[in-house]
Amino acid sequence: MDANKNFVVGIFDNEDILLEGVEKIRGNGVKIHEVYSPFPVHGLDEVLGYKRSRLPIAAFLFGMTGTSLALLMQIWMLGYDWPMIIGGKNYASLPPFIPVTFELTVLLGALGMVATFMIVSDMKPYKWPRQFDLRSTDDKHVMAIDLALNAGKSKEDIKRILKEAGASEANDKNFD
Amino acid sequence: MQVVSGVRDPLVTGGKTVHDVSHDISIQVENPPAKLWYMAMALSLAVLGYGLYCVVMVLWNGIGMWGLNKTVGWAWDITNFVWWVGIGHAGTLISAILLLFRQKWRMSINRAAEAMTIFAVICAATFPLIHMGRLWLGFYWALPLPNTFGSLWVNFNSPLLWDVFAISTYFTVSLVFWYIGLIPDFAVIRDRAVVQGKQLRATIYNALSFGWEGGAKTWMRYEAVALILAGLSTPLVLSVHTIVSMDFATSIIPGWHTTIFPPYFVAGAIFSGFAMVLTLLLVTRKVFKLEDYITIYHIELMNIIIIVTGSIVGVAYITELFISWYSGVEYEGYAFYNRVQGPYAWAYWSMMTCNVISPQLFWFRKIRTSLVATFVLSIIVNIGMWFERFVIIVTSLHRDYVPSSWTMFHPTAYDIGEYLFTFGLFFTAFLLFAKFFPVINMAEVKSIIRHNSEKVGAAKKEEKQHA
Repeated sequence: MDANKNFVVGIFDNEDILLEGVEKIRGNGVKIHEVYSPFPVHGLDEVLGYKRSRLPIAAFLFGMTGTSLALLMQIWMLGYDWPMIIGGKNYASLPPFIPVTFELTVLLGALGMVATFMIVSDMKPYKWPRQFDLRSTDDKHVMAIDLALNAGKSKEDIKRILKEAGASEANDKNFD
Repeated sequence: MQVVSGVRDPLVTGGKTVHDVSHDISIQVENPPAKLWYMAMALSLAVLGYGLYCVVMVLWNGIGMWGLNKTVGWAWDITNFVWWVGIGHAGTLISAILLLFRQKWRMSINRAAEAMTIFAVICAATFPLIHMGRLWLGFYWALPLPNTFGSLWVNFNSPLLWDVFAISTYFTVSLVFWYIGLIPDFAVIRDRAVVQGKQLRATIYNALSFGWEGGAKTWMRYEAVALILAGLSTPLVLSVHTIVSMDFATSIIPGWHTTIFPPYFVAGAIFSGFAMVLTLLLVTRKVFKLEDYITIYHIELMNIIIIVTGSIVGVAYITELFISWYSGVEYEGYAFYNRVQGPYAWAYWSMMTCNVISPQLFWFRKIRTSLVATFVLSIIVNIGMWFERFVIIVTSLHRDYVPSSWTMFHPTAYDIGEYLFTFGLFFTAFLLFAKFFPVINMAEVKSIIRHNSEKVGAAKKEEKQHA
């Protein structure tokens, strides 16, 4: 997708205009590359037709990994590697192992999920993102439309559709 | 679409627009710091320097430099440890539990509160580490690492070890949660720096923001991450002070051996955490002119949490007293009689006055919406919570089972010096944060602006025109 270089960029002033605009634009058969916003807009993922994120599943799996590793570690260390009677209990008694198991579940779940998020979103400290309009981190919602993916429509058509959908500006943006 | 009740006070005042939010918060990072900031920084560094000297002396000569003795083996160090951990409870409570309860007022205070949490937990961790005496061996004593003893593993049955895991997990997850929140805001500063032609600043903040672009797909994932982190952090916050309380509750010392400790400690932690948040935010708000973002309404809501948690703490104190008599255990009864009537009664009654009586003043609306009263009471609560931990720890220990070993605890200059060390550390870190990081979560505040500030602003204008 990133191989494409020529975009039309629509600027939307607020989230209500944007949400209606996205529906109109998609209704007109225009494929939207992405919408960049200064804050999360509720319902935007739905009107753009994005599938729900599977990150919660990743978090669950990482959390379960934490649970298993914590239990295995404690049972092996105190139950098998160096058994010791502590407080007259079994070598590997489960109740005192619960706090550490809980903490490691949370730790691995959180770290694993955040790492997954960073990898799938391609976030790296040394990467400069493609910026269609610098105002997308300030107060404007910036819609990028890839001309190569909308070959059936002329640039002027797309700009007209954007304006009709409520965009306050429709600009060209070319990446070399 | 968000619907905000017209009955509620607006969360952002002054008719701010989305652009105003970026401007008002980022300008604090972009402008050179004020004279006041340099003065505060110099003071913090001086305190930190003196404290560091005391810490080095203690590490060099051993913890005999402290006022501990054979009977009172835990005193200032563990008091300070529990005090700082308690303070570290408000930040993640605000950002996690209030997120799950959809309390939108958390948005303009969560950033600073989480920063406070992280620094407070660092301060807390220094005390048990230095108490080990030989800091450099701490890794082997506290973590299950292979060692030359065969390997002799750590004792997973001990609440002290649970504490190591609880606090390090709490610190890590809070740090990650805080940083995830900071990422979009770093991108705001980066893009403003690009416009202003500040190349170096743009590069640094781009690296800090991990090349954030803010696409709808990324935001969608970001929101999923924030929600799950909040879900994971909620039991985590409650677990940390529960486990800290078990350091005491699982022992057989009269005065410590009580099942009420976990909920009582958690309520006390939230109580002191909110008090510290108020102390810091009232100053930050004034210095950075954030009156439109951190309004009287926010302060009032935090004061209400202080009344609730303060009253829970009060009920817990009275329950403890009742049970010590009702249990019929003479050792338990004496431990509490000694607290109320013994040589440390002044500490007990300071605790009672500061923690139970003074927050009740917040029932008066005039007091809980007054900045001066809130500031004074927030400091009183912090003092009270310090005394609470001192009372629990020292008064339970200083009257041993054997009367010949009864003694008092007298702190030395090094006990006090190490407490000062953590103050220096805390304020230095907080001042650095306030200068280089956006102190308010811009992305979150922006998401409520349209239905909060702008509409209220427009309605106010209309009212004026009609009048």
